[in-house]
Amino acid sequence: MSVHPKQNTGGDANKKIIVWLMAIVIGMFGFGFALVPLYNVFCSVTGLNGKTGGQIALPAVLNVDTSREITVEFVATLNENMPWSFYPDVRSVKVHPGEPTRISFYAKNNTNEKIIGQAIPSVAPGLAATYFHKTECFCFTEQTLQAGEEKHMPVVFIIDSDIPKDVNVLTLSYTFFIKPGSEAAVSLAHNSKHQEL
Amino acid sequence: MSAVIEEHHDHHDHKPTGIGRWLFSTNHKDIGTMYLWFSFIMFFIGGALALVIRAELFEPGLQFVEPELFNQLTTLHGLIMVFGVIMPAFVGLANWMIPMMIGAPDMALPRMNNWSFWLLPGAFGLLIASLVMSLMGMGSAPNFGWTFYAPLSTTYGPASTDYFIFSVHMMGISSIMGAINIIATIMNMRAPGMTYMKMPIFVWTWFITAYLLIAVMPVLAGVVTMMLTDRHFGTSFFNAAGGGDPVLFQHVFWFFGHPEVYIMILPSFGIISQIVPTFARKKIFGYSSMVYATASIAFLSFIVWAHHMFTTGMPVAGELFFMYATMLIAVPTGVKVFNWVSTMWRGSLSFETPMLFAIAFIFLFTIGGFTGLMLCIVPADFQYHDTYFVVAHFHYVLVTGAAFGIMAGVYYWIPKWTGNMYDETLGKWHFWLSVISVNVLFFPMHFLGLAGMPRRIPDYSLQFAEFNAVASIGAFVFGFTQLIFLYNVIKTARGKTSVKATSQVWEGAEGLEWTLPSPAPFHSFTTPPQVK
Ligand code: HEM
Ligand SMILES: [Cu+2]
Repeated sequence: MSVHPKQNTGGDANKKIIVWLMAIVIGMFGFGFALVPLYNVFCSVTGLNGKTGGQIALPAVLNVDTSREITVEFVATLNENMPWSFYPDVRSVKVHPGEPTRISFYAKNNTNEKIIGQAIPSVAPGLAATYFHKTECFCFTEQTLQAGEEKHMPVVFIIDSDIPKDVNVLTLSYTFFIKPGSEAAVSLAHNSKHQEL
Repeated sequence: MSAVIEEHHDHHDHKPTGIGRWLFSTNHKDIGTMYLWFSFIMFFIGGALALVIRAELFEPGLQFVEPELFNQLTTLHGLIMVFGVIMPAFVGLANWMIPMMIGAPDMALPRMNNWSFWLLPGAFGLLIASLVMSLMGMGSAPNFGWTFYAPLSTTYGPASTDYFIFSVHMMGISSIMGAINIIATIMNMRAPGMTYMKMPIFVWTWFITAYLLIAVMPVLAGVVTMMLTDRHFGTSFFNAAGGGDPVLFQHVFWFFGHPEVYIMILPSFGIISQIVPTFARKKIFGYSSMVYATASIAFLSFIVWAHHMFTTGMPVAGELFFMYATMLIAVPTGVKVFNWVSTMWRGSLSFETPMLFAIAFIFLFTIGGFTGLMLCIVPADFQYHDTYFVVAHFHYVLVTGAAFGIMAGVYYWIPKWTGNMYDETLGKWHFWLSVISVNVLFFPMHFLGLAGMPRRIPDYSLQFAEFNAVASIGAFVFGFTQLIFLYNVIKTARGKTSVKATSQVWEGAEGLEWTLPSPAPFHSFTTPPQVK
């Protein structure tokens, strides 16, 4: 084939481009996954999505603002297929910012098999979530209930005294999920699939 | 279109015969032809699904399909039209035209070209097989919409979701290989003297589109991989129970999804920028602003994705950022529309079928752009989101935008491909019936959306009945009109039309592709032309 010298059809030039472009492809594949931690960091910094932070230690000096009172409401939800009973022992409490408060939730396993559950917390309004701290919570670990077992599970929380003045009501909600991949999860999901088909 | 007539001008201009010619083809024209036929077949399959949807929606109540099947039909319709029709048609046009437009003998990586085409029938075979199995009563086809939001596609996805994931992986690999090939061709194979700023706009728009593909198809592959591991390997990317977040899915998906919608329009911009100057018999107005506008649209498309997610509970600062960034895209888009109109201004216009489609494109795509602007206003979107208004918006930009651009391109270049002039009378019938029925089909959807009709539902309240009936009538006319197009293409490819095409084809056309004989010889420029 008579190719004009200025036209670069050679294999080397192509190889260089392929290598570069494949590097971008691999980089962008990685970037897709990097979005996961980026998203989580972004949400925990800004408190978006109502994600509350993890466990904190009880501060040595308490800075209680007795001039303000905030109503904290509790919501308990069960994810689909979760065969437990689950509700807060009190519906709501009034607290001063900076004051540690202890409340509890009740859960009962209504089946005759052991079930491992995981509670996921969420705070509304989302922008107040960063001011809501828990020193103790049943959501920090998985909860195992034997067949028919019931228990009261404590939560200890403090609302930061810096919380914006316009927040007067907070809602703390928990959703209990069956631990993904556990035996009960597999057998329950199997049953519900059969109903669908 | 396969009837490329042998031109004896070079000793190595022989071509293989039989099925092997297609299976093992490394020829850019044969591969382009296969892409175009593949897309055409998918167009009719996806269209048939749409007609079932519109038949169901012709009147309130459940007539023909159960809600479960309805969801599968909308899902498959969307996936087939996006990944099986628009994208392969563009790649087909790129294969055919880019080497001829830049004065190259073929694509830079012909064997990869073969492989990227032949992945597609596998990918879509798998996807369509899941629908066929569903119709035979074996499980459900994917039923979560073309946007496959988690947890619908993870926790609640039917077993066939794994087919879907594999199929998306194959389409992704195919697109990435196609894009690499196009970039390598454009960078390495231009004829001497063909500088970047002398390239035809179609080549430019594809060059930029190929970079978009390289950047976002891997993200799509990533998101379906996360779905796969969530479904089967115990991860919890999108599962709140394990610490994940379903909203994260939407971020990753739309980070791919919004650039994807520009992937589906930029090559059409390119086609229109070739056609309008030809039939206005003038040079394109503002060549370099066209190039820069395309590049800025591509850049901006990476920072607007969350306009699909205004109702997920973003902070006000985020909503404002994505709103303004989205509005900004209207500026370079407006530059393009302005340039097309200015190209026509005081031109000596003639209205052959490609030009008719191009003018309709400019007009109707702009309507779609305007509804896009309405949607990107946050408080307004709270009302419009997930209603038929969104459906109207994206069908204006995709059907009367992307698809009309492709049809314009086919009419414009088919004489070069086949050596025969298409039937102009049939072309005009196809155009006028399409342009009227497509508006009867999609315009009422704006009103339905504003009145609050949600999208993706098989049944609706009585007050929506009239507009839905009108839309369905439009749909059937539009659907059957496309058979005229099919007939015209076959007739032209088989040489049954009366007029043979000259190499110039269109009196006002400029560019290297028109210096080649019609039909274009099997190998394009074996000796590179000198571009002044
Ligand atoms: C001026 C340009 C555009 C603007 C401002 C714009 C804006 C928007 C907005 C805000 C939405 C989200 C609506 C909602 O879900 O509530 C949307 C949806 C959509 N747009 Fe556009 N758009 C533009 C151009 C385009 C183009 C050129 C295409 C494709 C060729 C396109 C395709 C789509 C699609 C497919 C959806 C719906 C996705 C889905 O939810 O299924 N848009 N657009
Ligand atoms: Cu978008």
